[in-house]
Formats: sequence, structure tokens, C-alpha cells
Amino acid sequence: MDFMLDRIHKAQTLCNAACEKMGRQINIMEVCGTHTVSIFRNGIRSTLPRKLKLLTGPGCPVCVTDQGYIDTVLQLADRDDCLIATYGDMVRVPGRGGSLETKRTKANVKVVLSSEDALQLAKDNPNKIVVFVAVGFETTAPATAVVVKEAAAGSINNFCILSGHKLVVPAMRALLSGKNHNIDAFLCPGHVSVIIGYGAFAEIVEDFGRPCVVAGFEPLQIIEGLGEICQQLSAGKAELKSVYPAVVTEQGNTSAQKIIAECFEPVDGYWRGLGKIEKSTLKLKDKYSRFDGLKRFNITETPGEDTSGCRCGEVLCGLIEPPECGLFGKSCTPQTPVGPCMVSSEGACAAWFKYGQKRKDE
Amino acid sequence: MCLAIPARIVELEGDKAVVDAMGNRWKARTTLLAEAKLGDLVLIHAGFAISLVDEEEAKETWQLIAEINDFNQTQNRVSG
Ligand code: SF4
Repeated sequence: MDFMLDRIHKAQTLCNAACEKMGRQINIMEVCGTHTVSIFRNGIRSTLPRKLKLLTGPGCPVCVTDQGYIDTVLQLADRDDCLIATYGDMVRVPGRGGSLETKRTKANVKVVLSSEDALQLAKDNPNKIVVFVAVGFETTAPATAVVVKEAAAGSINNFCILSGHKLVVPAMRALLSGKNHNIDAFLCPGHVSVIIGYGAFAEIVEDFGRPCVVAGFEPLQIIEGLGEICQQLSAGKAELKSVYPAVVTEQGNTSAQKIIAECFEPVDGYWRGLGKIEKSTLKLKDKYSRFDGLKRFNITETPGEDTSGCRCGEVLCGLIEPPECGLFGKSCTPQTPVGPCMVSSEGACAAWFKYGQKRKDE
Repeated sequence: MCLAIPARIVELEGDKAVVDAMGNRWKARTTLLAEAKLGDLVLIHAGFAISLVDEEEAKETWQLIAEINDFNQTQNRVSG
């Protein structure tokens, strides 16, 4: 226990020193919904110096999914010949004319825990077309790729996916290329890094001179990650580090990377709040195009608009904090979510609502 | 939903496994982690093992998940 306290103390000292040395506010962005939850749950913000600010970035896959994609899913849910297979997180996201939850009464929306369950649904319902709502970052994409390959091998032709899979690094590049950003460093996502390897963030360090540190989800790791970042900022350095050695390697899971590359190619895609980002979304390669839901139903996806009054876009870019949204805690709560950041348990608005946020000196 | 859940492989045949986390058992695949063996602790995401994990790490994550699921009882489940 003492040993842990020592480590926390050491990291805090580094954070304090950096704030003093820089003489201005330091902004560190986390790009992982699970980090967001852990940071709030463990009250990490309140232990940090006043001048060190944590920004919640586009780390929750449900939250970054463009409204146009949601509307496409809802449109397909209305068809009698379709069964929608979705991860639970997507069910309550509001779109044009309701959410999947309100469509659920029609019994054509099924919550699945894995991509394999979605494929099984297709096998069990040969007279329906199963549309798998394939969202998630690099962590989730390999699971989709495996079942697309299996559908192809088993000629399961009543199965298709709507690929909303997104890549984290292009989003970080987009944020840093924007004029208004105020990001000094990134606390990089742990489980995405399990797949892509911490080496994938080298380009952010090299091209933008921003420290990138991969951390796990324990409070100690997060605090040490922040300490490491602060040490680099004090020294005027930008380096790539992982404080999550138990699980993340530099190369990542190469089998998973291979299967992503075999099935998907990166194309330009729309993100909530961030707009169109080059080569940021995974699309099925031509040889698997018969499993591409957009092609199958001949849909051209157009970017959608956020629900009126919802400022999720700005929340996701770290430009505002959830309470700055006029709807926060009023018409928008976890029971009556207006935007995805309040729907998803990993969303910034939901975490903020549940755990509140006060610094010790406020 | 990028959360991966640590679990122990308690049955394994080919790439089809049964895993256990805190007494909960479910099916998972080891397609993406060929080196996974019976008895290993692995991280499971969306039904697939994506990496090996150590005991201490697993315990911490289980605690975090318990908290998130509690939060979700009135809402929805974290997938994967
Ligand atoms: S509080 Fe609600 S309406 Fe406001 S940004 Fe968050 S999710 Fe959108």
C-alpha cells in the first residue's frame, strides 16, 4: 500500500512541477471511453493540480458515430425483411423518428454480445436479412472481420454489416490539425492499443510533437500515465510510452491486424463533431462487398445533423465540458438522453452526470 | 464499448472456448489469439480473446466492470 502511495505521490509531484514550469493550463486528452469512466469513478480529476485539465476526446465509439449512420440503421429497422443485430450501447441512441429501442416493439431489433451471435441470428432466420450494426474502433473491428469471412466461407447470404468501424489515429490527427484545439498530449486508449500496438501512435509524436502515453484503466496507471506526460512536457519533450506493459506491446495483436486488413480498407468517413476525416472509417473490400449493407440496400449515407440543442460534437472535441450544454441535467439525463454522449455509459455527459465533478479547491 | 473483459479459459476446443469471469461463464473464440491455452487469463472483447492478461490486471478490471454494470442496470449493457 505504501508503495502505491509513493507511486501516486511521485506522479503528482511531476504533474505539479509541470504546471509550475509551464505557467499556463495544461490540457491532456483521453481518447477512450473506459478511461473516461475510470477517471470519473476514481475521482482522479480532484487529485490533479488546478492547472492540469483532462479533456474527454472522441473515445466512445457510440458517441462518435455520425447521425447519418444512426438514421440509416433506423431506416433499415423499419423494413419487414430485416433483422437488426446490434450491441446494446446503440439501442437508445436517438435518431430521426425514434431510436432502436422504440423500434424494438416490432421485434426486429436484437441485442447481441458478439459478432458471432449476429451471424448465428442469420443462420437461425433464413427468411430475414440480418443487418449487423458494426460499430467500434480497432478493438471491435477484428470480431466483425472474422464473421464476415465465415459468412463468405459458409455462403450465409442473408447476412450483411453496416460498417461504422472507426480508426483512432486519424481522429487524433484531425483534432491536432484543427485550428482551435488546445491539446498538449494524449493519454492513449488501452484496449485499442492491444490491437494496434503502442507503436501506432508514433506518427502523432513525430508529426505533431505531442506526447502519447498508453495507460490501462487502474487509477494508479492513469495517474502514472499523466505523470509521465507531465514529465515530458516539463522537459519540452514528446515521446511515445506505454505504462500498460502487462497487456500492450509495441506491435499489438498482429493476427487481428491481418484480418482487419484482409476484409477492410480505410476510407474517408464522417464522425460526429469532427466531420469528414480522411481514411478514418473501415469499409469492406470489394471481395466481401456482398456483405456490405449499404450496397445491398443501395443506400448512400449522408452525414446527419445532431439533435437540436445537443452539443455532443463540441464535447467530443474537448471544446466544451458537458455542463456547458444548456440541456445537460435538464431535458438531457441518462433516463431521457438527447445525444449519444448521455446514452452511452462511456459517454462524457453520462459519466459527468453520474459522478459529478468538483475539484477539491472549488 | 472498447472495454475488454478479463476471463479465464475453462474449456477449449479448436478456437472455441468457454470463459469464466467472476463466476459468469460464456462462449468466446480464440481465433485472434492462437497462443491461448486452457487455463489462460485472456481479455475478451465482442466475443473474441484479444490478448493474454495477468492476474492482478484482471482483478482491477473486474472491479471496474462491476461498477459500470451497476451504472447500466437502469440503462443498457456495455457490449463486448
Ligand atoms: S448533455 Fe445531452 S444534449 Fe448536451 S451535449 Fe451531452 S448528450 Fe448532447
